[in-house]
Amino acid sequence: MGTPIIIQLKGVEKTLGGQPVLRGVDLAIPKGDITTIIGPSGEGKSVLLKHIIGLMRPDRGQVLVDGVNIAQIHDRELNQIRKKFSMLFQSAALFDSMDVFDNVAFPLREKRLVSESDVQRYVPEMLERVGLGKMGHKFPAELSGGMKKRAGLARALVMGPEIILFDEPTTGLDPLMAHAIHDLILAMHKTFGFTGIMVSHEIPRIFPISDWVAMLKNGKILAMERSEEFQRLSDPLVREFISVPDAMATT
Amino acid sequence: MNLIQGIGARVVAQIEEMGAMLLFLLRSFGWLFQPPFRLFQIIKQMHFIGFKSTFVVILTALFTGMVLALQGYYSLRKFGSEGLLGSAVALSMIRELGPVLASLMVTARAGSAMTAEIGIMRITEQIDALETMAINSLHYLITPKMVASLISVPLLVALFDVVGIGGGYLVGVNLLGVSGGSYWSSIESAVEWEDVYGGILKSISFGIIISWVCCYKGYFTKMSAEGLGKATTESVVLASVLILMWDYVLTSILL
Repeated sequence: MGTPIIIQLKGVEKTLGGQPVLRGVDLAIPKGDITTIIGPSGEGKSVLLKHIIGLMRPDRGQVLVDGVNIAQIHDRELNQIRKKFSMLFQSAALFDSMDVFDNVAFPLREKRLVSESDVQRYVPEMLERVGLGKMGHKFPAELSGGMKKRAGLARALVMGPEIILFDEPTTGLDPLMAHAIHDLILAMHKTFGFTGIMVSHEIPRIFPISDWVAMLKNGKILAMERSEEFQRLSDPLVREFISVPDAMATT
Repeated sequence: MNLIQGIGARVVAQIEEMGAMLLFLLRSFGWLFQPPFRLFQIIKQMHFIGFKSTFVVILTALFTGMVLALQGYYSLRKFGSEGLLGSAVALSMIRELGPVLASLMVTARAGSAMTAEIGIMRITEQIDALETMAINSLHYLITPKMVASLISVPLLVALFDVVGIGGGYLVGVNLLGVSGGSYWSSIESAVEWEDVYGGILKSISFGIIISWVCCYKGYFTKMSAEGLGKATTESVVLASVLILMWDYVLTSILL
């Protein structure tokens, strides 16, 4: 592939509630690019994402982040590795006891990396970037789905992470808003240059914003290619999955 | 064979859960000694668990003291020893009813809310969000609640005792005509330091039980609205039962 690899999964297996979800996932995530994992609902895409950040540990296999196997390290070391990461959750997972400003400021204040005056300067700047300039005083319950995602993205970006995980960033949004969120992710990627790993079933919208696309099927990675090449794959399972929305869009 | 397997599986599951609960308690307390010390969080939780429970504690204490005086008066009058009413009320309050009833009220009011709050944070992935920010969720969420509960419950119990004894005075002295002087002097002569000490010890352990059980049930809630409802019910029932059982054990040790 040529590009350096930042995260590598080797033979990751996971059984949840007696049901095998991941059956030997092998995946290499190129550094600095956006890689999107697609696949039918309930295939374990979110489970896969949780393995990458160590929220779940595999029953078997390795998860290598910059060469360190996080599947078997102590919580304390895992927290060191996690400093490279941010995650935008499906529900945005904003802390509902805090307003948007405090949510975005939370990681900065909690880690005490910068002074409070820097927080006061930096957070509005970040809110402005994601299009929530005047929303800092609002509480998560007062925000629309799209605004929550924007706030979640601002919180994910604020620590300047190397890697950001996106768990279905556009689920539950109307097509216009989904488009806006995709554009925002792409713009932020250009600005900050993080490695993005996205889980989505927004086909075909994810193709233009992804550098790489991988498909999870039956607990394994069926294929991983550059975005343009992925769309030309002839594998019948891939074709079936990526052409259904096409057909729906034309009708 | 299936029956035996079924019983075995349930026993193993129960033992595993007990182990998980104990680990949860030890880990949460272990974090107590690690910086950052979240003083603001602790004060916020004390406001919620302690201060906001004062009204309900005063109300229940007042009526408990009043009914104790009423019952005690009619029993003691048979032996012509109404003068001992104060000590009867004070001893049952300080040794038994204060710690148990105040803790049960805190469980019902604050314990259920603790389970619901933590459970919702679990379901909406807020706990996962903390973890992804490399912030230990036990350290951030649970430890302050345990400390706050540990401090607040003994204070509420002390308040309960005082108000209860006052309620007994209202009924015994003002309503039934026991002499005020003998009410207070019988308390002074009958209540020993051991009684007070036992009550404090009980209230401290009940404070731990409440936050421990209620936080545990919320933290490991099943990922659904139904699961959260079940967790809240279970936490109140389990905490209440544990308080009463532990009360018996502790009393038999202390006596």
